[in-house]
Amino acid sequence: MKPKLLIGGALVGSMILLAVGADVFSLQNPTAMDLASRYAGPSAEHLFGLDQNGADVFSQVAHGAQISLRVAFTVVFISALIGLVVGSIAGFLGGWIDQLIMRFLDMFYAFPGFLLALSLVAVLGPSVGNLIFAMCITGWTGYARLVRGEVLHLRQREYVIGALAIGATPLRLIVRHIWPNLLGLLVVQMTFGMSGTIITESGLSFLGLGAPPTVPTWGALLNSGRRILVEAPHVSLFPGIAILLLVLGFNLVGDSLRDWLNPRG
Amino acid sequence: MLTYVLRRLLLALPVLFGVSLLSFSLLHFVPGDPVDVMLGDQATVADKAALRHDLGLDRPFGEQLASFYTGLFHLDLGRSLVSKRPVIDDIAARVPATFELTLVAMAIALLIGIPLGVLAAVYRHGIFERLSLAYGLIGMSTPGFWLGPMLILFFAIKLDWLPVSERGGFEHVVLPALTLAFGLSAILAQVTRASMIEVVKEDYINVARAKGSSPARLWFKHALANAMMPIITIIGLQFGALLTGTVIVETVFDWPGIGTLLFQAIQSRNYPLVQGCVLFIAFTYVAVNLITDLAYAAANPKVRLG
Repeated sequence: MKPKLLIGGALVGSMILLAVGADVFSLQNPTAMDLASRYAGPSAEHLFGLDQNGADVFSQVAHGAQISLRVAFTVVFISALIGLVVGSIAGFLGGWIDQLIMRFLDMFYAFPGFLLALSLVAVLGPSVGNLIFAMCITGWTGYARLVRGEVLHLRQREYVIGALAIGATPLRLIVRHIWPNLLGLLVVQMTFGMSGTIITESGLSFLGLGAPPTVPTWGALLNSGRRILVEAPHVSLFPGIAILLLVLGFNLVGDSLRDWLNPRG
Repeated sequence: MLTYVLRRLLLALPVLFGVSLLSFSLLHFVPGDPVDVMLGDQATVADKAALRHDLGLDRPFGEQLASFYTGLFHLDLGRSLVSKRPVIDDIAARVPATFELTLVAMAIALLIGIPLGVLAAVYRHGIFERLSLAYGLIGMSTPGFWLGPMLILFFAIKLDWLPVSERGGFEHVVLPALTLAFGLSAILAQVTRASMIEVVKEDYINVARAKGSSPARLWFKHALANAMMPIITIIGLQFGALLTGTVIVETVFDWPGIGTLLFQAIQSRNYPLVQGCVLFIAFTYVAVNLITDLAYAAANPKVRLG
C-alpha cells in the first residue's frame, strides 16, 4: 500500500474514531465549567487543558470532530448527488437544456464559493441546517461540471453507442453504463470536497456564522481561543491541529486515489 | 485582438447580471420580514414602514429589481443603515486597505510558490520536489483562521518582532499577508511544478539544451516562460479565494478593509451594506478574471484566434 494512502487513511480514521467515541473518550462534559482552574494548560487529567470557562478543551475538540464530519459528509453527499443528476442530464441531453444549465453554472462559477456560503448563512441565521443548506447551494456546481464533462466524453464511447443501438433506454444507459465509469472520478472529487467543506464550515463557525454558539465547533473554539492567546495558547493550538490533520488526511487520500485512477498524471 | 476583447467583454455581461441577481436575491432569503430582522423588536411601526419604503420593499418584486439595476448603473447601492452614508462611500473608504493586503499577499505567494515549483521540476525526484509536495499539502490544509493567531502568538507575542494588528507601516501588513498568502503559495508551487514538468518534455527545450543554453537561461527563459499559461489561469481563479479570504484574515488581524466591513455589516444586520460588499467582491473577481483572460490572449495568439 502507498504511504500517502496509509497516512491519509490513518488520519481520517483516527478522527472518525475520535468523533464516534466523543462521548466515551471525553471524560468531561464539553460544557462543564470549572472556573477556578480556567486557562489551565495541558495536564494528565485535561490532555488539551482548559478554556476561559474552565471547560475541557479535549472534549470540545472531540465533539467538534463529530460536528465537522457530520456536516461535511452530509454536504458532500447531497452536493455530489445533485451534481450527478444535473450534470448527467446536461451532458446526456445536450442542446438548449445543456446550454441553460451551463449558463446557470457559470453564474455560480463567477461567485467565490466561500462568499456565497457566507452571505447565505448571514441572512438565514446561524444553525446547523442553514449551514448545510448554504454549503450545498455552493457545493453542487463543481460536481455538476465534472459529471457533465465526463458524460459528454463517455456517451461517445462504442459500448454506450452499442447499448443504445440494442435498445437500452436513456435511463438504463446512464445508470448502468455511464455512472459506473465516472464513479472513480466522482469519489476523488468528493474526497477533496470533504477537505474544502471542513475548512469552510470551520471558517463560518469561526466568524460566528455557522452552528449556533451552544454547539462546540472547532471554529467557535478557535474564535474564543484567539481572544486569550496570551493566557491560554493551547485553546487555539489544539483545535487548529485537529482541522489541519483531518483536512490533510482527506487531501492525502484524495491525492492517492487520483494517482491510482490516473497513473500517468 | 480587438474582436476578442469585445467578445470577451460581451460574455462578461450575462455573468455580471447573474452575479448581481444573486446578490439582489440575498435579502429575499431572510426568513420572515427582513425589516423586522434589521430593526429588532424595539422599532415602531412608523420606523419599519419608513425603512421598508427606503429599501423599496413595499413595491412589487419586478419594480424592486428594476430600481436595483438602475441604481447599480449609477453606482448607487443604497444607504448603510448604521453610518447612514451611501454604501458605495463606505466601501470606497475600505478599498485601499484590502488592496494593499491582497497585493502584498499575492506578491508573497508568487515569490514563494513559483521558485519552489521551478526548483521541484529542475531537481525532480530530489529533495526540492519532496519539499514542494509537502509544502503544497500542508499549505492547502492549513486554515487561515488558525495560522493567523499562531503567527501572532509566535512573532508578535513571544518574539515581539512584529505588531499584532491594525494597519500602519509595512511591518503591519507582514503577518496578515503571510496568512493570506500561505494557501495560494502552496497551490502555485504545485501548478508551477506540474506545468514545468510538462514543458521540459517538449522538443524546443532539447534544442535549446543542444545549442548550449546555460541552465539558468534554459529553465527561466525557455521553460518557465512557456509554463506560465496554467500559472496565470490559477492566479486569476485563486484571486477569488484571496478576496474572500480577507473576510477571515482581516477579522483576525483587525485590518480595516472590505472583509471586516462585510463582517461588521453581517453582525449588525446592515443588509444594504452586506449586499454592497458582496456585490463589490464578486464584481472585482469577475473583473480580475476578465483581465486574466485578456492578458492570456495578448500573450498567446492561439487563444484570441481560436
